[in-house]
Amino acid sequence: MLKWSSLLLSAALLAAPLSGCSRFLYPQLSAQEGGAASGAVLNRVKTRGRLSCGVSGNLPGFSYVTQQGEYNGLDVDICRAIAAAMFDDPQAVDFRNLTAKERFTALQAGEIDVLSRNTTWTISRDTSIGLEFAPTVFYDGQGMMVKQSSGIKDLKGLQGRSVCVQTGTSTEQNLADQMRKLGVKYTPIVFEDDKATFAAYQQGRCEGVTSDRSQLVAQRSALPNPDEHILLEIVMSKEPLAPAVRNNDPQWYDTVKWVIFGLIEAEELGITSQNIDSFANSEDPVVRRLLGTEGDLGQGLGLTNDFIARAIREVGNYGEIYNRNLGPDTQLNLPRGQNELWTDGGLHYAPPFR
Amino acid sequence: MTTQRPRVTRNTPKFKDLLRDTRFWRVAGQVIAVLLFLLLVILVVDNVIYNLRALGIQLGFGFLGSQASFDIGETLISYNPADSYGRAILVGLVNSLRVIVVGLVLATILGLVAGIARLSNNWLVRQLALVYVETIRNIPLLLQLFFWYFAFFLQLPNVANQITLPGSTYLSSRGLYLPWIQGGAGAGVWLLLLALGIAGAIAVWQWRTQVMQERGVRGNQMLWALAPIVVAIALAYIINGAIPFRITLPQMVDTEQIEGGLRLSPEFGTLLLGLVVYTGSFIAEIVRAGIQAVPQGQWEAARALGLKSGRIMQSVVLPQALRVIIPPLTSQYLNLAKNSSLAIAIGFPDVYFVASTTFNQTGRAVEVMFLIMITYLTISLIISLAMNLFNRTVQFKER
Repeated sequence: MLKWSSLLLSAALLAAPLSGCSRFLYPQLSAQEGGAASGAVLNRVKTRGRLSCGVSGNLPGFSYVTQQGEYNGLDVDICRAIAAAMFDDPQAVDFRNLTAKERFTALQAGEIDVLSRNTTWTISRDTSIGLEFAPTVFYDGQGMMVKQSSGIKDLKGLQGRSVCVQTGTSTEQNLADQMRKLGVKYTPIVFEDDKATFAAYQQGRCEGVTSDRSQLVAQRSALPNPDEHILLEIVMSKEPLAPAVRNNDPQWYDTVKWVIFGLIEAEELGITSQNIDSFANSEDPVVRRLLGTEGDLGQGLGLTNDFIARAIREVGNYGEIYNRNLGPDTQLNLPRGQNELWTDGGLHYAPPFR
Repeated sequence: MTTQRPRVTRNTPKFKDLLRDTRFWRVAGQVIAVLLFLLLVILVVDNVIYNLRALGIQLGFGFLGSQASFDIGETLISYNPADSYGRAILVGLVNSLRVIVVGLVLATILGLVAGIARLSNNWLVRQLALVYVETIRNIPLLLQLFFWYFAFFLQLPNVANQITLPGSTYLSSRGLYLPWIQGGAGAGVWLLLLALGIAGAIAVWQWRTQVMQERGVRGNQMLWALAPIVVAIALAYIINGAIPFRITLPQMVDTEQIEGGLRLSPEFGTLLLGLVVYTGSFIAEIVRAGIQAVPQGQWEAARALGLKSGRIMQSVVLPQALRVIIPPLTSQYLNLAKNSSLAIAIGFPDVYFVASTTFNQTGRAVEVMFLIMITYLTISLIISLAMNLFNRTVQFKER
């Protein structure tokens, strides 16, 4: 008898944690979690006092770890800006390195609050994976890098050659589409890890390596002889890289969205981390509303009214972030091109703050 | 004559008595256990479905029919990006099976040779085998794969300076190009008939061996076994009217391109070499243990009969050692099959790799992981079954 009762007990103990959040035991939860719980994620982040941010972690210019052990890059600064807007502390971020494959699962499972990992905004990701994309922070396009000595000038030159590509990216599909369109027979060598992808290219396993142009430039700077490699003069696809959040909390989505718009708007208004204090007494109502000296735009999001001012003071406006990580003073030196403000012929455009 | 028989009181069994009856509890206990287990399964499944719904994820396998739109580098069966995810996973499965089947054969041969070498009388051979086994089996397979890939295969000369071996065989960092037999129309019929012919040959061989043993006449097995194969080929030729196989040679079509022949990519080569070398080292130890388990008296008896040492190993020791070797060997075969999923690290499109790309593109984590698990489980169970059947044939026969 003792045997049976102990079996019963152990089975019960085993079942209890497994059914922890089942609807059998907590039927009242289903209404909350099943539908869109407005503010759930936002409140969780606020209570925690830290933002959990998923990044790539080894992509110079976007997210990488410096020799001092600090995270740096455009994607990193977007998370820092959100943390600054919420907690007035750009350091209140926990970064998690994610591979291209892990990123969506990590976000879906709620391990990270925001995914800021050079992720392309596509309809299938927006709809079937259950994400919401914040405004694009970098307009990119897919490119192809080859060795200068190979004499390859265009995609047709890759006939019968091999191309290294990383799995789990829209890149893989774009490449297949383009080559199918041109009728070029090629061999894709697909790796799970971007380090392996570029290592194989460097070792001569493949004649070309394809990725977003910004990423190719960043990776080229890490190769032993960067001048020996050229980017072909082609753009295979549109790659709007945007941060993403889960689509279960509209309020949290709004927060991320408007912090990013705020950074763009600040650049348009000429407000930088250096001169922000001189705007404190500005008479311009547009500036006053953005910086929270007037109106209650922050309250609508559940934040303080000066949330944009905090982000700008700590991290800088969009232009500052771009120049610090990708601009002419950096090793990457990516021309802004499409990433200029709309007023300068680029694509960055923030809706009105009113 | 009426004798008073002792009256047996036949009370209807009461519930209280039932509780005291061990026979009842033997059954009831099992019923309760099964019910609890079912409850647990229901809870887990329900929990998964509920939580997935909370995350806004629907389960279903409909996505397998949608267009994959990604490319696969190596395909044995036809595939293009317009095909479905299901087809892509099938291509991956064929690639996996190719590595597993070839790997099993080669690892067995390598393990057998190294295992026997460990017991060699030659000091150098013995030490070489020892170093091989102790080095290889103590380094993680993933590291070995990276080593073979980056430090060996990718260091081979590029196509312009490739190594040309006799018989139009080319070796470069692009892969190994071999002459190969290509099947045309009607190749299926040929292969089927040939398989039937071989099966017939085996049956005839066994029959002739039996005849030889029972009647003490010459068996001439070789000659007899040839007959069904010749008949099969003749039949196939009559049906098809032609031989649908031709040999294709790899040829340089321009300075950097080779067409025709069989191409073994560096990724395939790495995975195969890595798996064979790694599993071979474990098999070597199993073989050594199996041989040492055969009593010394068997060697001595065979030597007393005047057999040569090679013949002793082949006809006396190995057949007995197999009884000890096969059960642990099965585990190693299973390990090889499962380890083949490390292909993902070096970019070989096996079933795990293609399925995880699918998972990545569609976001269907649960379904794809389920599919992969079922696939590997099926492969493993088939290997187990085959090995268990084989094991039965080498065990002691009670006569």
